[in-house]
Amino acid sequence: MLRKLFYLVPVVAFCALAGYFALALRPDRDPHELPSVLIDKPGPEFALPSLNGGDRVTSDGLKGHVVVVNFFASWCVPCREEHPMLMRLAEKEHVPLYGISYKDNAEDSRRVLQLLGDPYRRIALDRDGRTGFDYGVYGVPETFVLDKNGRIRKRFVGPLAADTVQNELLPLLQELNKS
Amino acid sequence: MKPLVAALLLALAVAGTAFAVEPKERLADPVLEARARAISQGLRCLVCQNESIDESGADLAHDVRVLLRERMTAGDTDAQAIAYIVSRYGDFVLLQPPMKPATYALWFAPPLLLAGVAVGVGAAIRRRAATRAPAETPLDSAERARLARLMQESE
Repeated sequence: MLRKLFYLVPVVAFCALAGYFALALRPDRDPHELPSVLIDKPGPEFALPSLNGGDRVTSDGLKGHVVVVNFFASWCVPCREEHPMLMRLAEKEHVPLYGISYKDNAEDSRRVLQLLGDPYRRIALDRDGRTGFDYGVYGVPETFVLDKNGRIRKRFVGPLAADTVQNELLPLLQELNKS
Repeated sequence: MKPLVAALLLALAVAGTAFAVEPKERLADPVLEARARAISQGLRCLVCQNESIDESGADLAHDVRVLLRERMTAGDTDAQAIAYIVSRYGDFVLLQPPMKPATYALWFAPPLLLAGVAVGVGAAIRRRAATRAPAETPLDSAERARLARLMQESE
Protein backbone atom coordinates (compact mmCIF):
# COMPACT_ATOMS: atom_id res chain seq x y z
CA MET A 1 0.00 0.00 0.00
CA LEU A 2 2.70 2.41 1.06
CA ARG A 3 4.76 1.44 -2.00
CA LYS A 4 1.88 2.27 -4.31
CA LEU A 5 1.51 5.68 -2.67
CA PHE A 6 5.22 6.19 -3.27
CA TYR A 7 4.65 5.99 -7.02
CA LEU A 8 2.26 8.95 -6.72
CA VAL A 9 5.06 11.24 -5.55
CA PRO A 10 6.15 12.28 -9.08
CA VAL A 11 2.53 12.85 -10.08
CA VAL A 12 1.93 15.10 -7.08
CA ALA A 13 5.20 16.94 -7.69
CA PHE A 14 4.26 17.46 -11.32
CA CYS A 15 0.82 18.81 -10.43
CA ALA A 16 2.33 21.20 -7.87
CA LEU A 17 4.83 22.53 -10.42
CA ALA A 18 2.24 22.78 -13.19
CA GLY A 19 -0.06 24.66 -10.81
CA TYR A 20 2.68 27.08 -9.90
CA PHE A 21 3.57 27.68 -13.54
CA ALA A 22 -0.08 28.21 -14.43
CA LEU A 23 -0.26 30.92 -11.75
CA ALA A 24 3.07 32.50 -12.57
CA LEU A 25 2.43 32.61 -16.33
CA ARG A 26 -1.05 34.14 -16.10
CA PRO A 27 -1.26 36.59 -18.98
CA ASP A 28 -2.36 39.45 -16.74
CA ARG A 29 0.52 39.04 -14.33
CA ASP A 30 3.46 41.40 -14.75
CA PRO A 31 6.55 39.87 -13.14
CA HIS A 32 8.21 43.28 -13.10
CA GLU A 33 5.56 44.64 -10.79
CA LEU A 34 6.81 44.88 -7.23
CA PRO A 35 4.85 45.08 -4.03
CA SER A 36 5.47 48.31 -2.15
CA VAL A 37 7.11 47.97 1.25
CA LEU A 38 5.28 51.11 2.29
CA ILE A 39 1.78 49.62 2.28
CA ASP A 40 -0.05 50.60 5.50
CA LYS A 41 2.85 52.80 6.53
CA PRO A 42 2.70 56.59 6.75
CA GLY A 43 3.44 58.13 3.37
CA PRO A 44 6.89 59.74 3.21
CA GLU A 45 6.83 63.44 4.00
CA PHE A 46 7.48 66.04 1.37
CA ALA A 47 7.17 69.78 0.84
CA LEU A 48 7.60 70.51 -2.83
CA PRO A 49 7.12 73.63 -4.93
CA SER A 50 3.80 73.83 -6.71
CA LEU A 51 3.70 73.74 -10.50
CA ASN A 52 1.03 76.41 -10.69
CA GLY A 53 2.46 78.69 -8.04
CA GLY A 54 1.11 79.31 -4.58
CA ASP A 55 2.05 77.48 -1.40
CA ARG A 56 4.23 74.43 -1.40
CA VAL A 57 2.47 71.11 -1.82
CA THR A 58 3.08 69.15 1.35
CA SER A 59 2.31 65.68 2.62
CA ASP A 60 0.64 67.27 5.66
CA GLY A 61 -1.62 69.24 3.34
CA LEU A 62 -2.99 65.98 1.93
CA LYS A 63 -4.02 64.60 5.33
CA GLY A 64 -7.64 64.59 6.39
CA HIS A 65 -8.89 63.27 3.05
CA VAL A 66 -8.55 60.11 1.07
CA VAL A 67 -6.36 61.15 -1.86
CA VAL A 68 -4.78 59.62 -4.90
CA VAL A 69 -1.22 60.68 -5.66
CA ASN A 70 -0.01 60.13 -9.19
CA PHE A 71 3.66 60.37 -10.24
CA PHE A 72 3.92 61.46 -13.87
CA ALA A 73 6.31 63.11 -16.28
CA SER A 74 6.09 64.75 -19.68
CA TRP A 75 8.83 62.43 -20.96
CA CYS A 76 6.93 59.33 -19.90
CA VAL A 77 5.11 57.58 -22.73
CA PRO A 78 2.89 55.26 -20.62
CA CYS A 79 1.72 58.40 -18.75
CA ARG A 80 0.10 59.58 -21.97
CA GLU A 81 -1.61 56.26 -22.30
CA GLU A 82 -2.91 56.67 -18.76
CA HIS A 83 -3.94 60.28 -19.12
CA PRO A 84 -7.52 59.80 -20.45
CA MET A 85 -8.23 57.53 -17.48
CA LEU A 86 -7.01 60.22 -15.06
CA MET A 87 -9.25 62.77 -16.77
CA ARG A 88 -12.21 60.42 -16.43
CA LEU A 89 -11.44 59.80 -12.75
CA ALA A 90 -11.26 63.52 -12.05
CA GLU A 91 -14.31 64.57 -14.05
CA LYS A 92 -16.72 61.64 -13.75
CA GLU A 93 -15.72 60.04 -10.44
CA HIS A 94 -14.53 63.23 -8.71
CA VAL A 95 -11.45 61.46 -7.42
CA PRO A 96 -9.12 63.89 -5.59
CA LEU A 97 -6.03 63.44 -7.74
CA TYR A 98 -2.73 65.05 -6.82
CA GLY A 99 0.10 65.01 -9.33
CA ILE A 100 3.79 64.81 -8.65
CA SER A 101 5.83 65.80 -11.66
CA TYR A 102 8.73 63.38 -11.42
CA LYS A 103 12.16 64.42 -12.69
CA ASP A 104 10.66 66.74 -15.23
CA ASN A 105 11.08 70.42 -15.77
CA ALA A 106 8.15 72.64 -14.93
CA GLU A 107 7.79 74.03 -18.43
CA ASP A 108 7.42 70.58 -20.03
CA SER A 109 4.96 69.39 -17.39
CA ARG A 110 2.86 72.49 -17.84
CA ARG A 111 2.85 72.15 -21.60
CA VAL A 112 1.76 68.51 -21.59
CA LEU A 113 -1.12 69.32 -19.22
CA GLN A 114 -2.19 72.26 -21.36
CA LEU A 115 -2.23 69.96 -24.35
CA LEU A 116 -4.07 67.02 -22.79
CA GLY A 117 -5.98 68.59 -19.92
CA ASP A 118 -5.16 68.82 -16.22
CA PRO A 119 -6.84 66.19 -13.99
CA TYR A 120 -4.99 67.22 -10.82
CA ARG A 121 -6.15 69.36 -7.90
CA ARG A 122 -2.59 70.36 -7.21
CA ILE A 123 0.74 69.45 -8.76
CA ALA A 124 4.06 69.22 -6.96
CA LEU A 125 7.43 69.45 -8.64
CA ASP A 126 9.84 66.67 -7.73
CA ARG A 127 12.67 67.98 -9.87
CA ASP A 128 15.45 65.70 -8.57
CA GLY A 129 13.25 62.65 -7.94
CA ARG A 130 13.97 62.64 -4.21
CA THR A 131 10.33 62.32 -3.20
CA GLY A 132 9.90 59.61 -5.82
CA PHE A 133 12.80 57.76 -4.23
CA ASP A 134 11.20 58.07 -0.78
CA TYR A 135 8.02 56.53 -2.21
CA GLY A 136 9.98 53.74 -3.84
CA VAL A 137 9.02 54.85 -7.33
CA TYR A 138 10.97 52.93 -9.96
CA GLY A 139 9.06 53.83 -13.08
CA VAL A 140 6.37 56.33 -13.90
CA PRO A 141 3.44 56.38 -13.88
CA GLU A 142 2.87 55.16 -10.35
CA THR A 143 -0.26 55.83 -8.36
CA PHE A 144 -0.62 55.76 -4.58
CA VAL A 145 -3.80 55.76 -2.51
CA LEU A 146 -3.41 57.60 0.80
CA ASP A 147 -6.04 57.35 3.53
CA LYS A 148 -7.24 60.17 5.79
CA ASN A 149 -4.27 59.70 8.11
CA GLY A 150 -1.79 59.91 5.29
CA ARG A 151 -1.05 56.19 5.24
CA ILE A 152 -0.28 54.50 1.94
CA ARG A 153 -2.99 51.92 1.31
CA LYS A 154 -2.25 50.87 -2.24
CA ARG A 155 0.25 51.32 -4.99
CA PHE A 156 -0.38 50.84 -8.70
CA VAL A 157 2.63 50.58 -10.99
CA GLY A 158 2.20 51.54 -14.63
CA PRO A 159 -0.82 53.03 -16.36
CA LEU A 160 -4.13 52.50 -14.57
CA ALA A 161 -6.17 50.07 -16.62
CA ALA A 162 -9.95 50.27 -16.81
CA ASP A 163 -10.50 46.99 -14.96
CA THR A 164 -7.99 47.89 -12.23
CA VAL A 165 -9.85 51.14 -11.67
CA GLN A 166 -13.24 49.40 -11.63
CA ASN A 167 -12.28 46.44 -9.47
CA GLU A 168 -9.61 47.85 -7.19
CA LEU A 169 -9.20 51.61 -7.12
CA LEU A 170 -12.81 52.78 -6.93
CA PRO A 171 -13.95 50.14 -4.40
CA LEU A 172 -10.93 50.95 -2.22
CA LEU A 173 -11.67 54.68 -2.31
CA GLN A 174 -15.29 53.99 -1.43
CA GLU A 175 -14.30 51.81 1.49
CA LEU A 176 -11.72 54.30 2.79
CA ASN A 177 -14.16 57.18 2.54
CA LYS A 178 -16.72 55.28 4.60
CA SER A 179 -14.41 54.66 7.55
CA MET B 1 45.07 46.42 -38.60
CA LYS B 2 41.76 44.61 -38.37
CA PRO B 3 42.67 42.48 -35.34
CA LEU B 4 43.89 45.60 -33.58
CA VAL B 5 40.58 47.40 -34.14
CA ALA B 6 38.69 44.32 -33.01
CA ALA B 7 40.81 44.07 -29.86
CA LEU B 8 40.25 47.75 -29.15
CA LEU B 9 36.48 47.43 -29.58
CA LEU B 10 36.42 44.36 -27.37
CA ALA B 11 38.39 46.19 -24.69
CA LEU B 12 35.93 49.07 -24.86
CA ALA B 13 32.95 46.73 -24.65
CA VAL B 14 34.43 44.97 -21.61
CA ALA B 15 35.26 48.29 -19.98
CA GLY B 16 31.68 49.42 -20.59
CA THR B 17 30.09 46.43 -18.92
CA ALA B 18 32.48 46.37 -15.98
CA PHE B 19 30.79 49.30 -14.28
CA ALA B 20 28.53 52.19 -15.09
CA VAL B 21 29.73 54.51 -12.37
CA GLU B 22 30.41 57.88 -13.93
CA PRO B 23 33.55 59.78 -12.97
CA LYS B 24 31.65 62.65 -11.38
CA GLU B 25 29.69 60.25 -9.18
CA ARG B 26 32.84 58.92 -7.57
CA LEU B 27 33.83 60.02 -4.10
CA ALA B 28 37.17 61.68 -3.49
CA ASP B 29 37.91 59.37 -0.57
CA PRO B 30 39.07 56.06 -2.13
CA VAL B 31 38.15 54.01 0.96
CA LEU B 32 34.60 55.37 1.03
CA GLU B 33 34.32 54.93 -2.75
CA ALA B 34 35.45 51.30 -2.47
CA ARG B 35 32.81 50.67 0.20
CA ALA B 36 30.16 52.33 -1.95
CA ARG B 37 31.18 50.21 -4.95
CA ALA B 38 31.01 47.03 -2.88
CA ILE B 39 27.50 47.88 -1.64
CA SER B 40 26.18 48.94 -5.02
CA GLN B 41 27.31 45.65 -6.53
CA GLY B 42 24.80 43.94 -4.25
CA LEU B 43 21.89 46.27 -4.98
CA ARG B 44 19.46 45.53 -7.77
CA CYS B 45 18.57 48.13 -10.36
CA LEU B 46 14.77 48.16 -10.29
CA VAL B 47 14.42 49.22 -13.88
CA CYS B 48 16.53 46.43 -15.41
CA GLN B 49 15.96 44.02 -12.48
CA ASN B 50 18.79 41.63 -13.31
CA GLU B 51 21.64 44.08 -13.11
CA SER B 52 23.18 45.67 -10.08
CA ILE B 53 23.06 49.44 -9.82
CA ASP B 54 26.83 49.32 -10.20
CA GLU B 55 26.50 47.87 -13.70
CA SER B 56 23.36 49.56 -14.87
CA GLY B 57 23.26 52.64 -17.03
CA ALA B 58 19.63 53.33 -16.10
CA ASP B 59 18.72 56.73 -14.76
CA LEU B 60 17.30 55.29 -11.55
CA ALA B 61 20.50 53.33 -10.92
CA HIS B 62 22.45 56.57 -11.25
CA ASP B 63 20.15 58.27 -8.71
CA VAL B 64 20.50 55.44 -6.22
CA ARG B 65 24.30 55.41 -6.62
CA VAL B 66 24.42 59.13 -5.87
CA LEU B 67 22.06 58.81 -2.88
CA LEU B 68 24.05 55.89 -1.50
CA ARG B 69 27.25 57.92 -1.70
CA GLU B 70 25.53 60.86 -0.03
CA ARG B 71 24.51 58.69 2.90
CA MET B 72 28.00 57.26 3.22
CA THR B 73 29.61 60.69 3.12
CA ALA B 74 27.18 61.70 5.86
CA GLY B 75 28.68 58.94 8.00
CA ASP B 76 26.33 55.98 7.53
CA THR B 77 27.75 52.53 8.15
CA ASP B 78 27.34 49.98 5.34
CA ALA B 79 24.39 48.40 7.14
CA GLN B 80 22.67 51.77 7.67
CA ALA B 81 23.14 52.80 4.05
CA ILE B 82 21.71 49.47 2.84
CA ALA B 83 18.78 49.73 5.28
CA TYR B 84 18.05 53.21 3.91
CA ILE B 85 17.64 51.83 0.39
CA VAL B 86 15.77 48.69 1.54
CA SER B 87 13.27 50.78 3.55
CA ARG B 88 12.10 52.29 0.26
CA TYR B 89 12.35 49.48 -2.24
CA GLY B 90 12.08 46.39 -0.04
CA ASP B 91 14.21 43.25 0.16
CA PHE B 92 13.89 42.87 -3.60
CA VAL B 93 16.68 45.44 -4.12
CA LEU B 94 19.10 43.06 -2.46
CA LEU B 95 20.56 40.77 -5.11
CA GLN B 96 21.30 38.26 -2.34
CA PRO B 97 18.04 37.60 -0.48
CA PRO B 98 18.35 37.99 3.30
CA MET B 99 18.03 34.97 5.59
CA LYS B 100 14.75 35.25 7.48
CA PRO B 101 11.64 33.07 8.07
CA ALA B 102 9.99 34.26 4.85
CA THR B 103 13.00 33.15 2.80
CA TYR B 104 13.77 29.85 4.58
CA ALA B 105 12.08 27.91 1.76
CA LEU B 106 14.28 29.70 -0.75
CA TRP B 107 17.49 28.99 1.13
CA PHE B 108 16.83 25.47 2.41
CA ALA B 109 14.70 23.86 -0.33
CA PRO B 110 17.57 23.14 -2.76
CA PRO B 111 19.88 21.38 -0.23
CA LEU B 112 16.90 19.47 1.22
CA LEU B 113 15.80 18.41 -2.25
CA LEU B 114 19.36 17.31 -3.06
CA ALA B 115 19.59 15.33 0.18
CA GLY B 116 16.22 13.68 -0.56
CA VAL B 117 17.33 12.67 -4.04
CA ALA B 118 20.65 11.33 -2.68
CA VAL B 119 18.81 9.16 -0.12
CA GLY B 120 16.41 7.87 -2.80
CA VAL B 121 19.16 7.02 -5.27
CA GLY B 122 21.23 5.36 -2.53
CA ALA B 123 18.28 3.17 -1.51
CA ALA B 124 17.60 2.20 -5.14
CA ILE B 125 21.24 1.20 -5.73
CA ARG B 126 21.35 -0.88 -2.55
CA ARG B 127 18.13 -2.69 -3.46
CA ARG B 128 19.33 -3.47 -6.95
CA ALA B 129 22.58 -4.89 -5.59
CA ALA B 130 20.65 -7.13 -3.17
CA THR B 131 18.28 -8.58 -5.79
CA ARG B 132 20.93 -9.25 -8.45
CA ALA B 133 20.65 -12.85 -9.90
CA PRO B 134 22.84 -15.44 -8.06
CA ALA B 135 26.00 -16.72 -9.78
CA GLU B 136 25.53 -19.33 -12.55
CA THR B 137 25.43 -23.00 -11.51
CA PRO B 138 27.01 -25.68 -13.70
CA LEU B 139 24.72 -28.03 -15.66
CA ASP B 140 23.66 -31.19 -13.85
CA SER B 141 23.91 -34.64 -15.52
CA ALA B 142 20.34 -34.69 -16.92
CA GLU B 143 20.87 -31.29 -18.53
CA ARG B 144 24.22 -32.35 -19.97
CA ALA B 145 22.60 -35.45 -21.50
CA ARG B 146 19.82 -33.34 -23.03
CA LEU B 147 22.32 -30.87 -24.47
CA ALA B 148 24.31 -33.74 -26.06
CA ARG B 149 21.12 -35.15 -27.56
CA LEU B 150 20.09 -31.77 -29.02
CA MET B 151 23.55 -31.24 -30.53
CA GLN B 152 23.38 -34.67 -32.19
CA GLU B 153 19.92 -33.96 -33.62
CA SER B 154 21.04 -30.73 -35.23
CA GLU B 155 24.00 -32.42 -36.96
